[in-house]
Amino acid sequence: MSLAKRIIPCLDVDNGRVVKGVQFVDIRDAGNPVEVAKRYDEQGADEITFLDITATADGRDTMVHLVEEVASQVFIPLTVGGGIRCVEDIRTMLNAGADKVAINSAAIFNPAFVKQASDAFGSQCIVVAIDAKKVSAIGEDNKWEIFTHGGRKETGIDAIAWAKRMECLGAGEILLTSMDRDGTKIGFDLELTRAIADSIRIPVIASGGVGELEHLAKGITEGHAEAVLAASIFHFGQHTVEEAKLAMQAEGIEVRL
Amino acid sequence: MDQKLVAVIDYGMGNLRSVAKAAEHVAPDNVHILVTNNPEEVACADAIIFPGQGAAKACMQALHDTGMIHPIQKAAQEKPFLGICMGLQVLMSHSDENQGINCLNVIPGHVKHFELEENSPLKIPHMGWNQIHQEQDHALWQNIPQDSRFYFVHSYYVQPENQAMITGTTTHGITFPAVLSHKNVFAIQAHPEKSAEHGLQLFNNFLAWDGQ
Repeated sequence: MSLAKRIIPCLDVDNGRVVKGVQFVDIRDAGNPVEVAKRYDEQGADEITFLDITATADGRDTMVHLVEEVASQVFIPLTVGGGIRCVEDIRTMLNAGADKVAINSAAIFNPAFVKQASDAFGSQCIVVAIDAKKVSAIGEDNKWEIFTHGGRKETGIDAIAWAKRMECLGAGEILLTSMDRDGTKIGFDLELTRAIADSIRIPVIASGGVGELEHLAKGITEGHAEAVLAASIFHFGQHTVEEAKLAMQAEGIEVRL
Repeated sequence: MDQKLVAVIDYGMGNLRSVAKAAEHVAPDNVHILVTNNPEEVACADAIIFPGQGAAKACMQALHDTGMIHPIQKAAQEKPFLGICMGLQVLMSHSDENQGINCLNVIPGHVKHFELEENSPLKIPHMGWNQIHQEQDHALWQNIPQDSRFYFVHSYYVQPENQAMITGTTTHGITFPAVLSHKNVFAIQAHPEKSAEHGLQLFNNFLAWDGQ
């Protein structure tokens, strides 16, 4: 009897629609976010994450309404990320019915924002999203750094040191995406995931690269993540969340069924 | 059919909307869910839901600022009362959070931080779906299977002086009280509003409960 490892479907939302691109190109429409969220809830998703990739202010309002609509029909934890830049953004999303917000680039521009946010709302609702990419060459010791702008812009910040700092500033959880693996469907960067998970006491959500069910279990058993996040294997009917849980259970992982 | 008014206490902390939405989702037509920061409405409600999240000190401060301390203490003596998460912890006498703070003293006991061994692989906060073992029968357990999973997010847990109040336990490194009940009060560390069907069932049971 213990805490179940979590499976978190992730919905990238652009102007009110679920989209999924492969490495930020070839964006396919994957449906109405409310309908998709309800479907995943029925399949036994442990949480749902929405990442707002809309660039416009109008689109932001759409996101707020969408969260309100989902929160009145789906009674599992909801995380919203994308464009969270100030305390007021967080308050708006929590009031709309989100349980957690994911802070990404705003944490890099202003790390004190993470502390401000966790002091105001509690660590339990502050997820820091880290986009990391390997910068060491083959044969060198592993080293990963933080990238912004969808993996295009380097910051020179060491990923492990950054995760520790975010924990120290009050992050309740780390959403860790490998920019090397995102969209590739070849599995998580397990070395990266394990390096971060073993360095901090707060939970790590592994993200980036899931293409097969077996990748999910590896994120837990080899990556030491508390939760695994995936998008495209669920969106296009390749697998249900329940199938994913049964596959994890078959690997000896405790799941909520 | 008698009309029933259920007050969800709003003291400026936490995600009340989720709690109100979940209760509304299962409420029969004669039950009205009212989110309120008005002590008089709390006084005249038939049942009380006391949600909460964040830190104990900020929570107690917000209760003080909104004039809710006495109305909550009174309601917890006399009508069906559901405490959720921080709404459980601040019912205790004292919390170790924020260098120590006195709480509502509705339930004698303390709130302590999870102390895990240095090399423990377990994470704090205790976040996610864990099982609640029902330690005794209760009207609010109706149609909820033994050891069902609920969603938790917390770093502190309660220790009541009176062990007979422990109505549910959960294990995360240690086994801790996840649910306390005493007369008309039922208070749970997990978030039923985020616990899918079992959580909705708990609200359903609470709305039907006479507090006996």
